[in-house]
Amino acid sequence: MTIADSGPKVASKTDAGPMFDADEERRARRRRTEEIAKYVIPLAVMALAIWYWDRLVVWNEIEPYILPRPGLVLQTLIEDWGTLFQSLLITLQITGLALLVAIVGGVGLAVLFSLSRFAEMSFSPFAVILQVTPIVSIAPLIFIYIESRLVGLLLCAWIVAFFPILANTTLGLKSTDHNLSDLFTIYKANRWQRLIHLQLPSALPYFLGGLKIAGGLALIGAVVAEYVAGTGGMGSGLAFRILEASYRLQIPRMFAALILIALTGVIIYATTSLISHLALRKWHESALKRE
Amino acid sequence: MAIAPLGERPPILHMREVDKTFNGGVVALRRMNLDVNEGDFISLLGPSGCGKSTALRLIAGLMPPTLGRIEWEGGQSSDDLGVVFQEPTLMPWATVEKNVFLPFRMRGKRMTSEVKDRIYEVLSMVGLENFGKSYPRELSGGMKMRVSIARAMATNPRLILMDEPFAALDEITRQKLNDDLLSLKAQTGATVIFVTHSVFESVFLSDRILVMAARPGRIIHEIEVDAPYPRGIEWRTSQRYGEVAREASDMLHGALNLQEAAE
Repeated sequence: MTIADSGPKVASKTDAGPMFDADEERRARRRRTEEIAKYVIPLAVMALAIWYWDRLVVWNEIEPYILPRPGLVLQTLIEDWGTLFQSLLITLQITGLALLVAIVGGVGLAVLFSLSRFAEMSFSPFAVILQVTPIVSIAPLIFIYIESRLVGLLLCAWIVAFFPILANTTLGLKSTDHNLSDLFTIYKANRWQRLIHLQLPSALPYFLGGLKIAGGLALIGAVVAEYVAGTGGMGSGLAFRILEASYRLQIPRMFAALILIALTGVIIYATTSLISHLALRKWHESALKRE
Repeated sequence: MAIAPLGERPPILHMREVDKTFNGGVVALRRMNLDVNEGDFISLLGPSGCGKSTALRLIAGLMPPTLGRIEWEGGQSSDDLGVVFQEPTLMPWATVEKNVFLPFRMRGKRMTSEVKDRIYEVLSMVGLENFGKSYPRELSGGMKMRVSIARAMATNPRLILMDEPFAALDEITRQKLNDDLLSLKAQTGATVIFVTHSVFESVFLSDRILVMAARPGRIIHEIEVDAPYPRGIEWRTSQRYGEVAREASDMLHGALNLQEAAE
């Protein structure tokens, strides 16, 4: 009896089993495909674009001093690696330092603004004027007044980079939850307790958003300033290498330096994104993964 | 903790002839008098705009009264208050444990093993002892509210203010939290002022119901609910519960009629 009873049940279970599994399997396979496609598709399109560039040059018989083939650019990159790498390090150094000073200055000023309305009233016009005046137009003056080339470059990169950090952090410090703010009042929190335990954590996502923008701007500032500064020598960054190569009609070398600048930008963006992700992934809405 | 019967409790806070007028000339409260005694569970019951939340904010010291005085028996200290808002109001960047630690931190205390024991004691009172390391976003609405209640009670304040804390929750969660709140009160003997617009919630929870009317905001009636604690399903289904709810409901209607007459 029991065997006869259980027989069909087992059969129906095994019938339902594979169908369920097949569906599950299909979904899993699609997920895996998407996972791979996420990396493969952009790489493939990029490779295709480079191949098309190469073909374009060959088909139209374009001279290398007008548009070099990608292979030639790569070859130049390897041959001139010594000079270019030195310049890359300098550009990286200026960008990194400017960003660091922008963080300290931007956050420091934002905190000052949040502590004192008078400080905000007094200094925010300066910050806005510095921000809205194009850096190319200020840079020549900076290089007249400042002897050291490095300090001049740093100052230019800093001017462009610090404003988004200041603006975002100021907004963040003001964007505390009203009820939480009341709670701190009820607990008789002093100014520092309020700043450290309420305002700064509330401002963190805003600050990190500003940092992402500032990273890109610091690089732009460093490159633009070097175009203005002009003079070369040993301590020259990538921008000067591009300028120099263009005077000498070394087009492949211009491309090589350009690739390095683009790479620098990507690295800075990736780094700031990673920092942002690591700082927010535990609690912030932006880092929330939804199923 | 044993609580003295109504009428024999030592007072802890007095509101005397308190007026609150806002800048636009709106009179939020007029001549409010209230004595809060140790162990009271007071409900401020009234229609919206009757100034019940304003009264709570005045007691919390978030704004000064326009006229009148609010006096703490024996002076005010930083250990006087715990607050639960309508929203859980947790710090999203901090774990549950760190959120409950906040009132200790504001009093200059460090996370010693003693403080930590107390934090986990209150967390276990609200059934969340296993969630100390979780972040608020990992919790449901009801659980967040429990954390908020645990935070308010952690330092054993003299008075706990609750501003419609369960209004945004579904009925089932709300009843569960009402039960939990009463068992917490029984364990700690806390004094509570509870703002609500639900007649049934006020009758179930409190031993003093103050019915308020609007325009201007004022107390029009006080009901003493003599049912003993702990209260549970027996109280919710008793005849006396129905009678008190009827009385409170009538008073609330009276308040609304007064309001219409004034308009």
